[in-house]
Amino acid sequence: MTIAFIILLLPLIATAFNLVLLRKKADFSAYVSTLSAAICLVLTLGLIRQSSLNDLGSFNWIKIADFELNIGIELQGLGLGMILVVTLIGFLIHLFSLGYMKEDAGKARYFSGLSLFMFSMTGIVFADNLAMMFIFWELVGVSSYLLIGHWYHKNTAAEAAKKAFLVNRIGDFGFMIGILLIWGAFGTVNFGEIEELLRNGKYDPGLLNWSVFCIFCGAIGKSAQVPLHVWLPDAMEGPTPVSALIHAATMVAAGVFMLTKVLFLIEVAPIAASVIQYVGAITALIAALMATQQNDIKKILAYSTLSQLGYMIMAVGFAGLLSSGESLGETASNAGFFHLYTHAFFKALLFLGSGAIIYACHHEQDIWKMGGLIGRMKITSLTFLIATVALAGIYPLSGFYSKDAIMALAVNKPILLVIGAFVAFLTAFYMTRLCVVVFFGRARSWSAEEAKEVPLLMLIPLLVLTAGAIFAGQPFSYDWFVEPENIPHPDGMLLPIVLTLIGVAGIVSGFLLYRDRDKEPYPVRILANKFYLDEIYIIIVKIFQELVASVAQIIDRHLIDGLIVRGGARLVTAIGSVLRVTQSGNLQGYAFLFGAGVILVLYIINAAIG
Amino acid sequence: MIINLIVFIPIIAALAIGLGAEGRKTALGAAAVNLILGVIVISELMRRGGEELIFETATVVLKNPKLTLGFAVDGMSGILVLLTVIVTFCAVYISPEKAPDGRVKLYHISPLMISTGALGAFCSTDLFFLFAFHELALIPTFLMIGFYGHGRDKLAVAWKITIYLGVGSLVLLGGLIALYSNLAGAGSATFNIAELTANAEKIELGEELQKWIFLPLFLGFGILVSLFPFHSWAAPAYASAPTSVAMLHAGVLKKFGLYGILRVAMPMLPKGFEAWENLILILLLGNIIYVGFVTIYQRYLDRMLGNSSVMHMGYAFLGIACVNQIGWNGAVLMMFAHGISIALLFALCGSLRERLNTLELSRIGGLASKVPFLAVTFGFAAFASIGLPGFANFASEITILFGVFDGADKIGNLQIAAILALWGVVISAVYMLRAYRHIFQGDSAQGLTLVRLDSLNRVPILLMIALLLLTGFFPNLILSILPS
Repeated sequence: MTIAFIILLLPLIATAFNLVLLRKKADFSAYVSTLSAAICLVLTLGLIRQSSLNDLGSFNWIKIADFELNIGIELQGLGLGMILVVTLIGFLIHLFSLGYMKEDAGKARYFSGLSLFMFSMTGIVFADNLAMMFIFWELVGVSSYLLIGHWYHKNTAAEAAKKAFLVNRIGDFGFMIGILLIWGAFGTVNFGEIEELLRNGKYDPGLLNWSVFCIFCGAIGKSAQVPLHVWLPDAMEGPTPVSALIHAATMVAAGVFMLTKVLFLIEVAPIAASVIQYVGAITALIAALMATQQNDIKKILAYSTLSQLGYMIMAVGFAGLLSSGESLGETASNAGFFHLYTHAFFKALLFLGSGAIIYACHHEQDIWKMGGLIGRMKITSLTFLIATVALAGIYPLSGFYSKDAIMALAVNKPILLVIGAFVAFLTAFYMTRLCVVVFFGRARSWSAEEAKEVPLLMLIPLLVLTAGAIFAGQPFSYDWFVEPENIPHPDGMLLPIVLTLIGVAGIVSGFLLYRDRDKEPYPVRILANKFYLDEIYIIIVKIFQELVASVAQIIDRHLIDGLIVRGGARLVTAIGSVLRVTQSGNLQGYAFLFGAGVILVLYIINAAIG
Repeated sequence: MIINLIVFIPIIAALAIGLGAEGRKTALGAAAVNLILGVIVISELMRRGGEELIFETATVVLKNPKLTLGFAVDGMSGILVLLTVIVTFCAVYISPEKAPDGRVKLYHISPLMISTGALGAFCSTDLFFLFAFHELALIPTFLMIGFYGHGRDKLAVAWKITIYLGVGSLVLLGGLIALYSNLAGAGSATFNIAELTANAEKIELGEELQKWIFLPLFLGFGILVSLFPFHSWAAPAYASAPTSVAMLHAGVLKKFGLYGILRVAMPMLPKGFEAWENLILILLLGNIIYVGFVTIYQRYLDRMLGNSSVMHMGYAFLGIACVNQIGWNGAVLMMFAHGISIALLFALCGSLRERLNTLELSRIGGLASKVPFLAVTFGFAAFASIGLPGFANFASEITILFGVFDGADKIGNLQIAAILALWGVVISAVYMLRAYRHIFQGDSAQGLTLVRLDSLNRVPILLMIALLLLTGFFPNLILSILPS
């Protein structure tokens, strides 16, 4: 049992422990989960300081002759950064939840779910092959389902949980096809072995493009890219710490992380790589537009997350060949991951901050019912504002550096550069709108007037994450898992200056437009209604699922059952009425007949053989 | 000897009940003994590997043609024996002592007879008894649905399943006779399956002949597994049947057809399969996609579960259609996983039926806070059924899929069928999560009455969940005793 396996299994053990033994002792189960998260963090810090990370352990899961599927652990490069994000932010969110979920009746269930999530997410980071990644991919899906649906008695929460799982399954359908295509072509699903084979052999480019596209479908689902983005805003029905951990910092970023793991495939699949870039860019744009008109504080942050994930996906897509024939290769995945890394801190901070605000405002989530909170919740407000500035990409906070890295890649495709710059403006704009409405002006409801600063237990995670939001962009925070010179930097000062000006312009216009307003001054219905995509999808599902199901049912009932079966049955009944005498209706009679039948058949066969 | 015991202990217990022994206790005792014997058989198979037949016994019935009442197990039949004794134990456990309409003896005898029929069929070394034991299990099924079934049309349903499976058996019998008359060998004709298989390799029947013997065999076995379009008996029968019978039939007996195909049709008539491959792929997609949509349509929990079990059989056929060891072993693992999980779902459905005045999904709601044990265990069962990693069902599905794509650098019909079949994972998630959401989550529905019952059968439910998790985490426990 290696340390890595202990990190992997400890949360699972905590889940099982909570589920089996502690269903009645909720407080204790909360501590068990938090303790397991703390131990995992400490072990991870120990593990990533080791000089050699070979042989972290492997377990043979399925074996049939030469065919093997293994649970094998691989940890290097970006994976080191990812595991730190997962265990550190995971632990902080456990801590925050101890306060936030204190009075909740389903506390034991909640912490079991968190531990299950930690197990699954660690598995994704550790995976050394695609099959293992898929296994944990599905498991994070189910932990997300359980946590979104935590308040299961609410219809909206139950529906949101179901929707999240189903939409993810659609993505996973593609992901699995991609894995199978790879297995068919390479005869292995191990990352290292595929890379090796790819370097030494020729493979059909059509097949490679299809495989990468199919694998990317998995990322579209999990990282909530257009057109499968619809589940993430609804997922905000879950408790807010869950939104911070799963639906902002880690799980939704798994799609980006997964793409960095199959970078060597993207590099040789230029068409699929273009698709990845454009899907990312479109998601970034559409989500940012929708964010400008939302009124629920968590929904704004959710759309913001979508938009930032779009940035990351677009960046990784640049690993494909450019029209000039060169590949940006690793720098592309580094840029995408860099933004994942910084975003994890400031977005988790924003969500936890919103959680603190919601907690303080008696579960009010409408920003137009808040206001003036900066006077009543000083620390929370301050950390929230710092995170906002980081998200807006203002120098010298972390978001500035990672957004620059992505833009430095985008100069290779002017149209994507323009989209990226516009999204940067929108980001600064909608975040300023949120902050102006929530923190300044007057309180617009009694719940905002009564708001008090949250307890220390909940402030500690906010403060730690604030440090991350400020410093995560500095080399000392990331140079232990990625070389700073391998992260792309813009040539010259022009791009950074322009981007900063764009960010400032967003802040200023947001401030001017929303200062001292009591309700949305410029309603844009199409954006507030998210381009009516949810409604359109409902219609599509109605047609393709309900209609097809009804038709299938009619065929089943009338054609297959009606004609074939009942027609046959009528024939048999006719014969049966002749033989009614034999129906004695008691067991002995049937047993006798059965015995007689057996003897008869034996006799016939015997006679036939002679 | 141990196999003879396993096969005949249920019959002996049934006789004892017939002569006046206490119904449920006797049945449960016999099932428990069989469970222990089944575990012993499996551990012996693990020790020796499952390539060869072990525990072989034979009683000669006829000298020429050689007809023997003989039993033995190899890896595949051993796993199905284990499945049978587990599901029998659980089914007998949840049967209440008092039969619904007073015929106590028959109520407790029937599950035992079904169990014997299945065990005999899985262990017979002789083609004739393989068939005969399966027939034996159909009679108690008919009686149980007819006497103790649910719903007003239970008699019609009982007749329907019996006639349907009877016709299937007849088609199968035709195929078996044709197979036998071509492979039994001149002079010293034999019914022994191993000898027939050896003869098949020696004689090498012509392609045309194989093709036309394979068809009735495959359809006959297929009807028993509810192969599309011969599936419409299954859902109403499972919805009507008493819980124990639904568990045993959907969980165990239905696997007989798959077993027969893997044991008889595929090894003896390899070219026969090739001739019909495309047709079979279309039919199995009918099971997965078409029946999948029918399942989405269902408004009642019991019907939905019945249809879902039909749908999942498509994946087992897909594994068989791989014609490689990965796919076949995956199919056997799927039989085991599906057998346990569908029995579990029917057991839970039975618990809900006892407590509720309706099983119509839209009229139930918000039960999670009222029956938390059922909510949690149903959640486990539902996620097992839709193939969540960690449960045996997922391990079997991924094995089958990897079997399909093993060495496939070109995309052929088989691979296309598998890609289409994969959409079934979305379909099954749709109907399962919808059912779960209706039953356990959200508001409580209007007009729903919930009877408080103390009789929660936790033991079998937890046992089945534990087994699904155990074999899901360690599928090699099962796979290692199959040939590789």
